[in-house]
Amino acid sequence: MSVVSIRGVTKVFPASKGGETVHALGPLDLDLQQGEFFAIVGPSGCGKSTLLELIAGLQQATQGVIEFEGRAIRGEIPDGVGVVFQEDACFPWMSVTVNIAFGVRNTTLSQAEKARRVRDVIDMMGLADFADSYPAQLSGGMRQRVCIARTLIREPRLILLDEPFGALDQQTRLLMGDEVLRLWRQTGATVVLITHALDEAAMLADRIAVMSARPGRVIDAVQTHWPRERDSRIVERDDFGAVTSRLWKSLRKESLKTIGRLPEPT
Amino acid sequence: MKRITVYRVLIIAGAVLLLELLCLIGIIDRLTMQPPHRIVRDLAVILTSGSLNSAILKTLTNASIALALALVAGIAAAVVLHRYKALRETLDPLFATYYAVPIFAFYPLLIILLGLGDAPQIMIGFMLGVVVVIVNTLNGLDRVPLVLKKTALIQRMRPIETALKVMLPYAAPYVLTGAKLAVAYSLIGIIGAEFIMSRGGMGYEISFAYNNFDNATMYPLILLILLVSIAVNGALSRWEKILLARRGQG
Repeated sequence: MSVVSIRGVTKVFPASKGGETVHALGPLDLDLQQGEFFAIVGPSGCGKSTLLELIAGLQQATQGVIEFEGRAIRGEIPDGVGVVFQEDACFPWMSVTVNIAFGVRNTTLSQAEKARRVRDVIDMMGLADFADSYPAQLSGGMRQRVCIARTLIREPRLILLDEPFGALDQQTRLLMGDEVLRLWRQTGATVVLITHALDEAAMLADRIAVMSARPGRVIDAVQTHWPRERDSRIVERDDFGAVTSRLWKSLRKESLKTIGRLPEPT
Repeated sequence: MKRITVYRVLIIAGAVLLLELLCLIGIIDRLTMQPPHRIVRDLAVILTSGSLNSAILKTLTNASIALALALVAGIAAAVVLHRYKALRETLDPLFATYYAVPIFAFYPLLIILLGLGDAPQIMIGFMLGVVVVIVNTLNGLDRVPLVLKKTALIQRMRPIETALKVMLPYAAPYVLTGAKLAVAYSLIGIIGAEFIMSRGGMGYEISFAYNNFDNATMYPLILLILLVSIAVNGALSRWEKILLARRGQG
């Protein structure tokens, strides 16, 4: 069943003072399946994050329709969607526990249920020893865990990850990837991951969309066929290289365009 | 005690000792100034006798009201101005030149509008304090990272909830800087207004003592004003330090 349906979507940014309009995205058609781990890769500035913000309701499409669970998203934040950003989005004046509990502050849940969820999510994310710490006392990876926990506590059915590991070192990225895979299996949510790291997309996703240089369009879709029970050791498989090779083959020409070089004749 | 604190204490103690010495050996005559130990003793007498309690209470109450109004109105105005860019741009020149305007010059007008009671004095204290709160709060609100604003949207927060739970808490250290300045400005406003035309308050008592060569009242009251202002500012600085330390900026 299609959870997110994107039909004929384009995004054009109006001209700023003295400039021209920017055709950032589309036209784009995509369908995301229930419980799928879907990754989007593309060259810098191709509109990956814009697409994510359109799905999240943070921006409105210029043309076309985006539906979440059959309801059109028109610039409002749909219920059941959680977003984790690349930048540190922890509230620096709140402890880890208060940051996470913030995610359920206005729900109709009882205080006992809220407290139980906070405890569960803190345990799930391995933050029990840091529950009373402030974000400034944590590493970048730990802070990102807090942001993921604050998203998960709302039990979203669709989780949008906008380059969430972009600011982390390679080892932490791999381990955080394992965490995300475990949470994806545990929650059953549909996950959309925006990334510029091909190996990260190949390791985590069931399906990967490759986007063109601006205006971003889907130029390839790669099915990985990995088992649902997987972790970062998937990179050791012989066919892992084949997935990343195919992604790079589709992407190289587009990446060259973004740095102003014409692709070599084949 | 940190070395820098020791230096500070030594500088203040040295200045007070020098003043004491100059007064005792007569280089500064008694009509001009009391020696510091007499000022402290006279202040203790004033406070224990309760002779000026009503004046002290009046000034501190009015300064507190002016400060509270400046904080509430200043923070609320900053939130509104931050949201409506055109309004902010329109008012920017006013904020840039505000403190060039001698607010005390409006005192007669304020008496006509608000009467002869405490209201005109409170208004002066408020007018002196409010803009510094607005400017500093705006400075803090401008620094809220975009990702926190997006997070508020994703958390389905309404604008007022976003302002109260995300924007203002992030800007809190800047708001406190404004509050510290507003404490001083409000106190200056109230005491200055009492100097000009009031029949009570610390400003009036200082002015009355000055006109009657009553150093035993004038200097202790000046010292009390200094102590109150420093104590409130010190408390706010400590709070600011705690906030910044939590954010790893201490």
